[in-house]
Amino acid sequence: MAEIRNYTMNFGPQHPAAHGVLRIIMEMDGEVIERCDPHIGLLHRGTEKLAESKPYNQSIGYMDRLDYVSMMCNEHAYVMAIEKMLGITIPVRAQYIRVMFDEITRILNHCLWLGAHALDVGAMTVFLYAFREREDLMDCYEAVSGARMHATYYRPGGVYRDLPGEMPKHAPTQRHSDAETKARNADRDGSLLDFIDAFTQRFPGYVDEYETLLSDNRIWKQRTVDIGIVTPERAKALGFTGAMLRGSGIEWDLRKKQPYDVYDRMDFDIPVGTNGDCYDRYLVRVEEMRQSNRIIKQCVEWLRANPGPVIVEDHKLIPPSREHMKGDMESLIHHFKLFTEGYCVPAGEAYSAIEHPKGEFGIYLVSDGANKPYRVKIRAPGFPHLAALHEMSNGHMLADLVAIIGTQDIVFGEIDR
Amino acid sequence: MPTIPSLQTHLPDLLGGALLSLKVDLGELTLDVENASIKEVCEKLRDDPQCQFDQLIDLCGMDYSQYGSEEDDQNNDLKNGQPWPGSRYAVVYHFLSLNHNLRIRVRSQLDDYHPVTDSIIDVWPVADWFEREAFDLYGIIFTGHPDLRRLLTDYGFIGHPFRKDFPLSGQVEMHYDEKQGRVVYKPVTVEDRILVPRTRRKDTFAGSRRSAQNTGNNTDNLGGEPK
Repeated sequence: MAEIRNYTMNFGPQHPAAHGVLRIIMEMDGEVIERCDPHIGLLHRGTEKLAESKPYNQSIGYMDRLDYVSMMCNEHAYVMAIEKMLGITIPVRAQYIRVMFDEITRILNHCLWLGAHALDVGAMTVFLYAFREREDLMDCYEAVSGARMHATYYRPGGVYRDLPGEMPKHAPTQRHSDAETKARNADRDGSLLDFIDAFTQRFPGYVDEYETLLSDNRIWKQRTVDIGIVTPERAKALGFTGAMLRGSGIEWDLRKKQPYDVYDRMDFDIPVGTNGDCYDRYLVRVEEMRQSNRIIKQCVEWLRANPGPVIVEDHKLIPPSREHMKGDMESLIHHFKLFTEGYCVPAGEAYSAIEHPKGEFGIYLVSDGANKPYRVKIRAPGFPHLAALHEMSNGHMLADLVAIIGTQDIVFGEIDR
Repeated sequence: MPTIPSLQTHLPDLLGGALLSLKVDLGELTLDVENASIKEVCEKLRDDPQCQFDQLIDLCGMDYSQYGSEEDDQNNDLKNGQPWPGSRYAVVYHFLSLNHNLRIRVRSQLDDYHPVTDSIIDVWPVADWFEREAFDLYGIIFTGHPDLRRLLTDYGFIGHPFRKDFPLSGQVEMHYDEKQGRVVYKPVTVEDRILVPRTRRKDTFAGSRRSAQNTGNNTDNLGGEPK
């Protein structure tokens, strides 16, 4: 009787550890993975094709929905590509606001990554802790743009509006006593900047809490140390960027190496790993949260001291104010043209890349001079990472696959596009 | 430390006849190279000490067939636009050198009817999925790719959806059929509509590059219609 050794196994697309709609066909030798073939595209919405049929500004909202846990960073790359092609320099205050919200987004993303990664590996509590902080940061998103997640806050030329002078407060509910409501609103008496400032005071303590739960945890280390090792050479060849590359010991961060907006004025460090395993990447990302917190602090300080415009005064690109439209014919025409037709971008091509929480997020924009892009290619950082899943998981146990998916910080919105 | 100006002089020597043109625009270096020698070009760009482009950041297909055209109610022809001078399909590569902190873009133009090119998966393993994606969306064949399957579209999908002649609303729609107990496909019932026509107005560019692209009579800055 022949002995059956290899099994072909299906994982996903609806599995809690699949981070969305990942489907993997695995060939297993017992519990060891011999081959794994991710099937993606279950969330493919054709964002790039849709963008070709819309005026430039109408696609900003699609960018939020790519990587739906780091919304504003996606917008940032897209508006930067347009600004590059138009030759616009945006006001300094807008650059600071963008940097601040990029870092808020980075913390948002890393909190979700950490919670989900730990949950996959078996630690429940971190998830709850991390979501507590996400709630505060989403309130910042809401205060500034009106939406908790899909903000559409960045615009070519700056940001949609200035930071609000006051923070929305929790209303009293039946479930909360007056004292509780008062405590919930404790940081909300001042402006948004005060709220963010108070958050940056609290946050290092929260990161300590996460680390207490995980960094020296025996089970966590058993599950992540020496799992999914990538050498620096392979990391480069496999197109890794961001924390995946830094975890393998390569000091590369676009915020330092090719600074955009005001990152060159910020004081922060780039953490790098040494072994290139899941544990190192965990340490790198946790340290990134602390560094992001530092950057946010510096931005808050500057933004408090330097009021000013947050968007360029070019009505070919930015709608005029309501007030102007009521009294000025030209403003009315500008408004009408902008919302019915948009603006044209000179013919040419540009690639703009930012240090997204997951790696290098790039937009390759081709214009033929029309009011819609001719081609938008989204370079999603998670795409090459997931492509390397076979190489990273080969020879590991099935349970380690979950740790590897977790460490790659996979989000299907950006991979499938 | 090489820079873009130094590469401008170095690359013609390095690549020789494979280099068709070299352009710097918006601070980005773009090479057009001979399709037949793309693999060789990639190896040289990766290994030459002046280049050391050790990362393939992006690889994407392009379809230039409607480049420069406009959509309006009556016709779909060129008004102000320039058609694309090259062939219909192209593959665009973006490389990054970590050592030199440089980026470069390489374009190789393919045949209009049989878009075929060499796979560069031996040079950069990351090209695997990027090439599968370009095959899926544009129908570009990468010879030498070991596993050129569709990547993003549905199992059993027909056509290459990012080609410009593929309608935005697609060809088929699907729904679950109660009687047959399975998902069935039928021709799409959504009408393709153009909400905002593609137009081109040279004197309404926003930003500082407006003046550079202007062709003259710029006194009317309200939308460009003749008065």
